[in-house]
Amino acid sequence: MTLRTLTLLAAFLLALAATVRPALAVDAAAVEKLAFGDPDEKTEAVTALVTEGDPRVIPLLEALSEGEVQTAGRRVLIVKGERAKDAVTGEAVSPLPAEREDVVSNNRLRREIAGGLAALKLVSSDRSVRLAAARELAGNADESSLALVKKAIERETDAEITSLLEVTRATIELKSDDRATRIAAIEKLGESTQPTTKTSLLGLLETNKDGTFVEPDEAVRTVAARSLREIEKSLLWGERAGLLFSGVSLGSILLLAALGLAITYGLMGVINMAHGELIMVGAYTTYVIQNVFRAYGSGAFDWYLVCAVPAAFVVAALVGMLLERTVIRFLYGRPLETLLATWGISLILMQTVRTLFGAQNVQVENPSWMSGGVAIMSNVVLPWSRIVIIGFAAAVLAAMWLLLTRTRLGLFVRGVTQNRAMASCVGVPTGRVDTWAFGLGCGIAGLAGCALSQIGNVGPDLGQSYIVDSFMVVVLGGVGQLAGTVYAALGLGFVNKLLESWSGAVLAKIAVLVFIILFIQKRPQGLFALKGRALET
Amino acid sequence: MGPISRTISRLYGPKAWTALAIAALVLFVGVPLANLVVPPSSPFHLSAYWVTLVGKIMCYAIAALAMDLVWGYAGILSLGHGLFFALGGYAMGMHLMREIGRDGVYKSDLPDFMVFLDWKAVPWHWWNTDHFWWAALLVVAVPGLLAFVFGYFAFRSRIKGVYLSIITQALTYAAMLLFFRNETGFGGNNGFTDFKRILGFPIATPATRMALFAITGAVLIGTLLLGRYLVTSRYGRILTAIRDAEARVMFCGYNTLHYKLFIWTLSAVICGIAGALYVPQVGIINPSEMSPANSIEMAIWVAVGGRGTLVGAILGAFLVNGGKSLFTQVFPEYWLFVLGALFIVVTLFMPDGVVGVFKRFKRTKRAADEAAATGIAPRTASTRTASHADSATASASMIATPGASEQPAR
Repeated sequence: MTLRTLTLLAAFLLALAATVRPALAVDAAAVEKLAFGDPDEKTEAVTALVTEGDPRVIPLLEALSEGEVQTAGRRVLIVKGERAKDAVTGEAVSPLPAEREDVVSNNRLRREIAGGLAALKLVSSDRSVRLAAARELAGNADESSLALVKKAIERETDAEITSLLEVTRATIELKSDDRATRIAAIEKLGESTQPTTKTSLLGLLETNKDGTFVEPDEAVRTVAARSLREIEKSLLWGERAGLLFSGVSLGSILLLAALGLAITYGLMGVINMAHGELIMVGAYTTYVIQNVFRAYGSGAFDWYLVCAVPAAFVVAALVGMLLERTVIRFLYGRPLETLLATWGISLILMQTVRTLFGAQNVQVENPSWMSGGVAIMSNVVLPWSRIVIIGFAAAVLAAMWLLLTRTRLGLFVRGVTQNRAMASCVGVPTGRVDTWAFGLGCGIAGLAGCALSQIGNVGPDLGQSYIVDSFMVVVLGGVGQLAGTVYAALGLGFVNKLLESWSGAVLAKIAVLVFIILFIQKRPQGLFALKGRALET
Repeated sequence: MGPISRTISRLYGPKAWTALAIAALVLFVGVPLANLVVPPSSPFHLSAYWVTLVGKIMCYAIAALAMDLVWGYAGILSLGHGLFFALGGYAMGMHLMREIGRDGVYKSDLPDFMVFLDWKAVPWHWWNTDHFWWAALLVVAVPGLLAFVFGYFAFRSRIKGVYLSIITQALTYAAMLLFFRNETGFGGNNGFTDFKRILGFPIATPATRMALFAITGAVLIGTLLLGRYLVTSRYGRILTAIRDAEARVMFCGYNTLHYKLFIWTLSAVICGIAGALYVPQVGIINPSEMSPANSIEMAIWVAVGGRGTLVGAILGAFLVNGGKSLFTQVFPEYWLFVLGALFIVVTLFMPDGVVGVFKRFKRTKRAADEAAATGIAPRTASTRTASHADSATASASMIATPGASEQPAR
């Protein structure tokens, strides 16, 4: 280990010197030794190449560790698929020589190459390469790379990379034999806000099986405990913010999934078991639109959602209206039968999609402006896709509200929800209102599918995984008022995430379901019930 | 006439009793002879595949009877009966796992999956499961108790209709998630399988299989008679009244909670027994039995056969599951289309199921005959004979519009 460290260090120092001197080509002698020598010679050759400090060596070493280096006669080639280039000159070689042999590497050589590559990348002139190397080093820091890290810190000018490297250095130095070094390292770690440093500090405070502490020195332990508290304090707010965000995010998804259901259930007393499948229809519509954009309008690919959102709405709404006209209309007043019939519809829709698109999940790609996220704290990154969906859910909600309160159709829908017979008496065409409202509810399911396609898998079973949850939202929120659905969706989202962080996802889900079952005992009509005097509700 | 013979004539007419006796003869004599005595080369031989298949479907039929009692007669559509079925199955499965003894892969006293999880002793809820009588008690008690507690709270708050359906669905869904966890102690995803023996007999031999088949057949006939006894009693009439107009029954001074709770709990217990018979014959039980889809399928068995007729439930279970095994062999990709279409067609065009269609056909034929004989259709006489032949006719005609009484109130 120490020998390896020394060679690496030496290689590194020379590499620093070498960056100043421009090299014309990769050292041919070293490459030859690497390709044709015995294992020891190969190791030497790697050291020699790293010593050159030439970034052009990086592809060769990477190719070697991937097993892509071959020899043809005395030439050394990097072969990728059908293309090859000379390892020394970098020229493309074509056609590919027929007789080639693989250059084999053993574990020792691979270790050597990995170390060499890290060293080379840390001195790269490209900032992003250096950052990636520093990150990788932070992930698997051990004593052997300490010298490397120290040297890189001296040379580094970028603040982000420096702080990353310093944390890595401190993590390594935690295991140092010198007490002062350890304390300094712990204090350094206390300033960091990386979640990973917390675990390495926690390790110090643990006890061995025989009752003695892992860290024998009392003073060091005190410092470690103090640093740990500081880290936890700064992490705590991040965790809270993250929890809040994921609660709102889940709530917005539940809201989208349940909004349509609440309308159809409130209006017609019909439980639409195919609601989940209409979500799936929306997601598959998005998938089709995406494929069309990829095939015909590659430049506008980032904006395919602009087209997919209305398409998902219209397709799902049309499917819904068709169902209402052909099946559900004949089952009014028989809610249990409607439930079974819509379940049958859901099976047919699922199998249709399976026949058309295959049983496998399909790939829906995010537009580039939706990938990535905002890092509000070191341990909290809010993905753009989720932020967009929260905004989208709010927009859909606002549109729904406007539709229900400001339009004639909305007035009719509210009237029929409150008292169907009376509305019919004063001339509301209840049958037509049913069709339109059912289409509207299904269209919103399609929008939910469009949104879900951006953050999860799109497959024939997509709807099934949301259907029970969206029912729970409707049951909890009560029917006939948007507010109930909104409160129930956000509340369930929060409670779910809160319990999840505390007891794991499955137990959280079970706890929520049991809670709802108990809640219904107290308020059988949900949080917000329409007031009325009917005996049967 | 003694009370027993009075009861017998109340349950079924002579024709139906003869049919039942023939069915029993086929199940207890015909099938064992055809499977065990007739040589395999003979065309009358019944292979083990068929015995297992019919045995399995008989378990489903028992569950369908349980479903029909609550849905067809009390109007409670449960989408969680798969849970009770699976709980009975798991209770039996626990005992069968213990009976494997040291014959498992790991040669340990504990079931294999516990060794795999590195558990040192059986968890508390497995206590005493090495005794058959305890397992048998669990088969009845666990679904029964769960149904009683759940039903008490649900019916007390007057949760009904689709609300109750959804809540029962959530219940079975929650249970499925719970049983998927390894920590729950029921083998997680894989559930229980690889059973070796039952009550000391090796489980895969033809004789054991036949014994299980016969027991299942006996339980099926017993459940049918019990159900018939209940629905033809005064209790059954009140139950039907609750289904059609619960508010009115309450205003007449009945506490509907007790009536609904009794049939609900009984139904869960019957379902548990069906599950317990199912597991040794099929040889596996896992949490997917609790998936909401399975429970909804139970409803379609009843709907296809005809709600509110006990024979219909059995018929439906055989028709749908027979069709399922046929289709999944011949056109596996079309089965879901057929099942989905079945849900729609039955609810739209056959609200009384196959039995309803058959009855309507018989009634029109008889009316036509009588009209031909006398020149006029003696209306009262024809209805009286119909209700004597099968008093379920009256209730069947009532279910056609169960929501009718609720409609004006909405």
